Amino acid sequence: MTDLPAPRRVALFATCLVETMRPSVGFATLKLLKAAGVEVVVPPGQTCCGQPQYNSGDKAGAKRLARRVIAEFERFEAVVIPSGSCAGMVRVHYPELFEDEPDWAARARALAEKTFELTQFLVDVLKVSAVPGRHPGAVAYHDSCSSRREMHVHAQPRALLAAAGAEVRDVEHAEDCCGFGGTFCVKMADVSGAMVDAKAQAAIATGADTLLAGDLGCLLNIAGRLKRLGSPIAVRHVAEVLAGEPAAPGIGEVRE
Amino acid sequence: MTLLKSLEFAANARAAIADPKLQAALVNIRTMFQSGRARQVAATPEFEDLREAGAALKRETLANLDAYVARFVAEAEARGAQVHICADARSARETIAAICRAQGAKLVTKGKSMVTEEIGLNPYLVEQGFTPVETDLGEYIIQLRNEPPSHIIAPAVHVKKEQVAETFRAAHGNRPADRDLSTHDALLAEARAELRARFLAADVGITGANMLVAETGQMVLVTNEGNGDLTQTLPKCHVVVASIEKLVPNLDDAATVLRLLGRSATGQHASSYTTLSVGTRRPGETDGPEVAHVVLVDNGRTAMLGTPFEEMLRCIRCGACINHCPVFVNVGGHAYGAVYVGPMGSVLTPSLGDLDPARYLPHACTMCGRCAEVCPMKIPLPDLLRRLRFETHERKLTSRVSRAGLAAWTFLAERPRLMRAAARLGGWAMRLSGKGALRRWPLAGEWTRARDLPAPEGGGFVARANANRGD
Ligand code: SF4
Repeated sequence: MTDLPAPRRVALFATCLVETMRPSVGFATLKLLKAAGVEVVVPPGQTCCGQPQYNSGDKAGAKRLARRVIAEFERFEAVVIPSGSCAGMVRVHYPELFEDEPDWAARARALAEKTFELTQFLVDVLKVSAVPGRHPGAVAYHDSCSSRREMHVHAQPRALLAAAGAEVRDVEHAEDCCGFGGTFCVKMADVSGAMVDAKAQAAIATGADTLLAGDLGCLLNIAGRLKRLGSPIAVRHVAEVLAGEPAAPGIGEVRE
Repeated sequence: MTLLKSLEFAANARAAIADPKLQAALVNIRTMFQSGRARQVAATPEFEDLREAGAALKRETLANLDAYVARFVAEAEARGAQVHICADARSARETIAAICRAQGAKLVTKGKSMVTEEIGLNPYLVEQGFTPVETDLGEYIIQLRNEPPSHIIAPAVHVKKEQVAETFRAAHGNRPADRDLSTHDALLAEARAELRARFLAADVGITGANMLVAETGQMVLVTNEGNGDLTQTLPKCHVVVASIEKLVPNLDDAATVLRLLGRSATGQHASSYTTLSVGTRRPGETDGPEVAHVVLVDNGRTAMLGTPFEEMLRCIRCGACINHCPVFVNVGGHAYGAVYVGPMGSVLTPSLGDLDPARYLPHACTMCGRCAEVCPMKIPLPDLLRRLRFETHERKLTSRVSRAGLAAWTFLAERPRLMRAAARLGGWAMRLSGKGALRRWPLAGEWTRARDLPAPEGGGFVARANANRGD
């Protein structure tokens, strides 16, 4: 994927969580991509990648949404998603989802090959080494499970944050899931609660005043627990910091 | 296998999280097993190649399982063993009891064996008038406590040292009441003394097997206590009970699996005892059983061949997936209410039996993928769990609320304008409180039990981004 000629025009798939919970991440992503010199289209028909359906067992529902995404995005040179789990859904799981429908499987594979998580696209494809944002100071970074294991994203956000002047601190037991897991967090609320508590405590223990990640699901989960614990740590999507001038207060906070 | 408790997974998990003794015991999983495996993997640069080789050899074995079973039977029988192939749990239990009866047995020693748990052997032997005694320390402890194992390689990992002392005091009434049982060494010495007499008195010894070698008819048994050797060599009769996927083609393959097993399971490059044995004592030999039986258990496994779940039959029962599962590490094994626990159990339990009573197990997972990352046999556990989720959905074994919620979400997600309007409305309502994070919110009761609900920022993205185009 890294030897692709750098695409000139890309589609941004913002994800349903960005649309409904944190539009700032979408705008930050737009800014980052434009700063890196690519033209960005935000296809208006986009909504959800179908991951909630897929991981809850509703294969038919997942296929319905996946077909929409494929039809909406396949005409672009590349698709960029500010989420490891939604990018993983398109890149890893769409081809599996259509294992029994060869025509759609082929289209799914073609889309999968040109779909990237945001920091991966910036670093691996566009070879970006400078970002608009400045964030001197320590940040704790949480790698989402899908970023880490499905998209193999780990070094990329760290490289970009270093370019923004930040000192990145890993949380202890960084490989552990934060307990979000899509609908898991409400279906298995006690287990999820124990997991997110451990993650929040580990974030606090880093001593950083900001926690970043590349996935809004984890961020809402961890921010919710930090708030419950009364922690002042500001929680943001990594794109917000990299783009500079974070427009909104941290997740779960209100403008003073 | 009774699965009634699997239906209570959520309640079991809640109780487990609230149990301080259990939580203190579960810390060992991290300190012993996770870090032990990490150290071994770091010290084994060829570990990834080994995983590839292990998975490949098991794939090949499963593709020709009939031939390997036939070869194993011929080789083992040529060396004096009698092999019984049992289609289900009942026939396996009955076969083993009949062997014990033919020996006129009373006391039966047992090495640790998950498949005997699977077939419910101990209660059956008791019912038939035999006295089974577990000889693995952990198994011995939980047998005395009348509990099922909570982990496939560390059956008593849920029990603290102090609880073991209580159990021993209650069980070993012949010993001085004021004895010191405060140290691991004291507990170990007492268990050893109690078990030694049983080893010598046993009429039949039953062990599992980590592998069965087709080319030689041998069984490979791995332990850290040597109890498996005393169980198989001291009594007159040795019975090996193993499920059919324990077959490997030859000794080279067995060596590959052994290298993966110790490293993945306990973080040892090899277990303390690795024993290869076959058949009966030969003329001139001073030890080994005079009568040898191998009970091969199918119990639903051949039905998995040729399906996506064939991949699960590569499992070598190392427990790495369990040790690295964030759900298991928080709730322990008993919450699953099944013989096999953690990720491998949540795939195996419904595959071997019925999905209905095990319906929540495939959902007791965040899909974090750590299990597949550590599995030495490269079994795609999350994908298999997801396939089981598809089945729970298709068979309407999921809750009506969850199915309705998904249908509503799909309906909205197919209508971008409607979805955005609904999101704006919801966001506006949530921001009415003026707070950034909500303590409570209708329908979000489960979410807000442990955490606040961050209020949506508002405004939406897609429509505004397109309105601003050209900025
Ligand atoms: S599924 Fe893999 S990791 Fe889990 S017990 Fe089996 S071999 Fe070990």
